[in-house]
Parts: sequence; structure tokens; C-alpha cells
Amino acid sequence: MKKDFIIAAFEDDRPVLAATKEAKSKNIAIYDIYTPFPVHGLDEAMGIKRSILPYVTFVAGLTGFLCALGLQVYANGYAWPVNVGGKAPIALPAFVPIMFELTVFFGAHITVLAFLALNKLYPGKKPVVFDPDQTCHKFIMAFEKGAVNVDEVTSLMKEHGAVEITEQSAAV
Amino acid sequence: MADAHVSKLRQPLVPEERTYKQMSEDVLDTLERKPTKAWIIGFSISALVLLIGVLTVGYQIGTGIGTWGLNKTVGWSWDITNFVFWVGIGHAGTLISAILLIFRQRWRTAINRAAEAMTIFAVACAGLYPLIHLGRPWLAYWVFPYPNTLGSLWVNFKSPLIWDVFAISTYLTVSLVFWYMGLLPDLASVRDRTKNVWRKAIYGVACFGWNGSTKTWHHFEVLSLILAGLATPLVLSVHTIVSFDFATSVIPGWHTTIFPPYFVAGAIFSGFGMVLTLLIITRKVMNWENYITIGHIEAMTKVVLLTGTMVGLAYGTEFFIAWYSGNPYERYAFINRAFGPYWWAYWTMISCNVISPQFFWFKKLRTNTTFVFVITIFVNIGMWFERFVIITTSLHRDFLPSSWAMYSPTWVEIWTFIGTFGLFFTLFFLFIRLLPGIAIAEVKSVKRYGQTNEPDNYLA
Repeated sequence: MKKDFIIAAFEDDRPVLAATKEAKSKNIAIYDIYTPFPVHGLDEAMGIKRSILPYVTFVAGLTGFLCALGLQVYANGYAWPVNVGGKAPIALPAFVPIMFELTVFFGAHITVLAFLALNKLYPGKKPVVFDPDQTCHKFIMAFEKGAVNVDEVTSLMKEHGAVEITEQSAAV
Repeated sequence: MADAHVSKLRQPLVPEERTYKQMSEDVLDTLERKPTKAWIIGFSISALVLLIGVLTVGYQIGTGIGTWGLNKTVGWSWDITNFVFWVGIGHAGTLISAILLIFRQRWRTAINRAAEAMTIFAVACAGLYPLIHLGRPWLAYWVFPYPNTLGSLWVNFKSPLIWDVFAISTYLTVSLVFWYMGLLPDLASVRDRTKNVWRKAIYGVACFGWNGSTKTWHHFEVLSLILAGLATPLVLSVHTIVSFDFATSVIPGWHTTIFPPYFVAGAIFSGFGMVLTLLIITRKVMNWENYITIGHIEAMTKVVLLTGTMVGLAYGTEFFIAWYSGNPYERYAFINRAFGPYWWAYWTMISCNVISPQFFWFKKLRTNTTFVFVITIFVNIGMWFERFVIITTSLHRDFLPSSWAMYSPTWVEIWTFIGTFGLFFTLFFLFIRLLPGIAIAEVKSVKRYGQTNEPDNYLA
């Protein structure tokens, strides 16, 4: 679906942060902000909810841990016990390295997949790029036209030193 | 805040003032230019060496492991030495991108991309050795625990060799995704700035549709911290488990509890040695001296000094304990190492690993790139000899003097080793041509570091 946007371009991160804080205090809805690098404090200023990724990692890591424990106990303890140097069939200390490795393996890979899914990133995706310089040196603030007062946004952005204010429609 | 005092202790990470746009150009322009003559020559030599290596391995697989110089006394030598050598080299990249991230060392931003690429290539080289050593590499899947019809025979989970399989594959894949996630923003930069239709399409697919949205950045920063948190114990565990291959055996010279920390220190030592060797050349050839500064080189030499000294301490402790244990076999193994027929290997190791890094106590020498380059070559050589000394000298004179033997490699082993250097450099040359060699997004976020007193970006 095509939507109309007001796009304000900045050339540094500090004015964007200031503009965001003021827009937030005036209850102006920001659609999103595109920056070439992570601007510290911008996510907080925009009021983005804390990422759920740490919980994903915890559950994934625990799954890896239990899989490793279960597999080793089952394989060496029940399915095919082999006497190696008189060690017990279920020798827990010897199972620790693989339990650790699989905790990390599951934790890392499932977190990465969750990160890609949360942000809907996948090979071949055609993203919205309002300005090709937004991954290089421009900081782009986008407002949905229907959700804000256009004059108010325009003057606020100019006040904070936006170098360019345009209107664009994009399919999002 | 123009008159605020700027601390002299915080040297700028990007000394020469650059705009964000210029920073992108400095790093990405090389991808869009035609390759230079130096690159073509370097790449061709590496690819040729790789080809010889592939042919050698092909011959060896066709003929059998008997083409190696092993005998019934020395059953493990070059192959495992080279395996441990490469795994060790693969330790600096993840240390830089994970441990230094957790310690908030901002200088890591300029070097983490190249160092981690190097890690992945080195671990890939290492992984080839056990595979080649199998003799029948097409049965390599037997090392994985899967339900099978071989009498439902499972792998022996009490064996350190199987721990190694899990450690190396976890390390390789986790390093790979950590590295690739970090590449996404820079690949998107290439997509957005290039005029070439093909390049736009290929990098567009490769960057997964990244557009720099703050919502994505927020998740990205959390992801980086999580992966760093997971990779930190991982990087320490990998060489610990590699050392278990030896330490859990009952061979005098191997059967010691000091091995895990000693191997980890040695791995970081050799890894930083190789990172320095490569980056000193890369920064010059690519004109990246404004990003990979003398300050970066100096910081890395300090890591080399620290870990080199730790390795020296480990050599001393090992020798002392061999004597103090009162175990005649253990004592003999160490006296034989230092004064037996392989004395030259032992003393090469000591000179390269213990003596050569001590020069880095002096700032003048730490900041002289030619000198640092020479020392890092010694470090690379020394760390190869360390593994050779530990492995071969502990085996060649075993419990029964009538079966004592000497070992020397055949041309097959030598060319397999040189071939992995071909693979390593071929991959590195491709990397430097096809991917952004410096994490530009991260360096942009530390642009003002040391130039103002403003709080920095916390990730970087």
C-alpha cells in the first residue's frame, strides 16, 4: 500500500537527536529515522521498546544445553554404552564441553534468525530507501503525512537545521 | 563547548578530519575501481599456490596417508601442528570484535572487520587438516552424532576429539554470522552508492534489505552485544578444547593441567601476530592509514607483548613442574625437548615467542611499523614451532627406547601446508576486493572520539 511521507534530511546526528526529542515532547508521531550508523540515545528518544532478543537467546541457549545433555546421556548411556578407559557410561564432566558449545551454537544462531525475522530482513528484500545517502552520510526523519500536522513538522525540522524537506510516497 | 578541555589521553581514532561521506569513499571506492597491479599479482600467486596445494591433497587422498613422513612412533606431527597453528591464528578476530566490544575498546572498530575475516579464513584452513587426515574424507560425516545403521553406533562423547568437532564448527559458524551481520549496513552502503546495475543487484541481495532504520539499529546493537557475550567464552573455549586433545592423554609432555590457559594465551599471541602482519601491509596498500593508525598498531603490539610474556611464563612453569613432579618420564620429555635432537626447534620457539616480543616494551619500537612487521613474522614462525615442539618432541622418544624415531615431513606435507597459505591469502585478497574491509558504519560512530568531550556512542 502506498503512503505519503514527509522526509527531512539532516547532515549530522546531533540535530536529529534534538529534533526527535522535541517532536516526541510535542506528541508528533515519527514514522522512522534512517541513519548511517547507530545514533546513541535515538532509540530511547523515539520511545522504541527494548528488544526482546535477550529472551530469545536465553530460551535458545537453554534448548541447546538440554539437547546436548539429552543426546549425550541417551547415546552414551542408553543407546550404545561403550566402556572407554573404565569411565562411567554417563560421565557428566566429560559432557560439559559439548553442552557449552551447543548452548552457544543454538543461542547465537537462533538469535540471529530472530533478529532477521523481527526486522523482516532477508536476501532479496526490496527495502524503503527515501534517500540513497541514508546509508552514507544523511540522517533521514520520516513522518506519515496523514498522522501529523504538515506545517508544524516542516517548521520544527527547519528549526533544527534540516537541509532538505521533501514529500515522497512509498509502498511500505 | 568549544572551550572545554579535551583530554590528551584520548587520542582521536580518526586523526585527520573526514566527513561521513569521505569516510565511505575512502573505504568503498576501492571496490568500484579496477584492481591494481599489486592486487592482481598477489592474487595470482596465492591462487597458484592454492592450486598446487589442491593437487597435492588430491594426490595424497588418491594414494593414502602413507605419503606422509609419519612412522609408528611419531603418529601425529605436521598435520596436527598446522591444524593448531591455524586455529590459533583464528583467535584474534573474534577477540577483537567480541571481547574488545565488551570492554568498550573503541579502537577495535577500524580493524574488527578485516581481523574477523582473517579468523574465518584461518579456521577454514584449520578445518581442512582433520578432514585431510581422515584419509577417507568422504566419510567425514561419521564424526557427527546421527542415527545410523552401523549397529546404531554413536560417536564417543567422552573423547576430546569429538569435543573439538563441536568447538571448531561452533566457532566457525558463530564467527561467520557475527561477521556477516556486521557487514549488512556496509553492504547496503555499497548498494546505495553504486551506479553499476549488477553491483547494485548483487549487494542489494547480500545486504538483506538493510535501510538503516533506527528500529533495526536498536535490535542490531542488542544483537551485537549478545553475540559478543556468547563469542567471548566461545573464543576462550576453542583453544581450551584444542589443548584437551593433548592434555587428556597420558603422554609425558602433553599430560599437564597448564595447557588450556597456556594454549589460549598462545593463540591470542599468534592471532595478533598475524593480524599485525596483514594489517601493516593492508593499511599501506589501501591508503587506510587514517583509520588503522599507529595507535591501533601500538595497541595490538601491547597485546602481543602481554600474551607473549604469558606464553614465556608458561614455558618456564612447564619446565619447572616437569622437574618438580619427580616423574622421570616427564623430566626426560622436557630435557629432550630443550637438549635432544630437536633442540633447534625448541630454541627457535623460545627466541621467537619469548624474546622477540620483549622489544615492545619500548614505545619507539612499538610505533615503528617496519620493526613491528619483522617481529610479527618472528611471532608467526615461533608459534608454528611451539606446536611442532609440543607435538613431535613429546612423541619421538617414547617409553621404549628401541622404538625411538625421528620425524621429517615429506613434500606432500610441506605442500599441503603451503597450499593452506594459498587458500588463506586467496580468500583475503578476494575479501579486500569484494567487501568493505573496514566497518565504516562503526568507524563513523567513533569519528568524534578524542576530539570533543561529548559522550560517545556506547556500542562503538
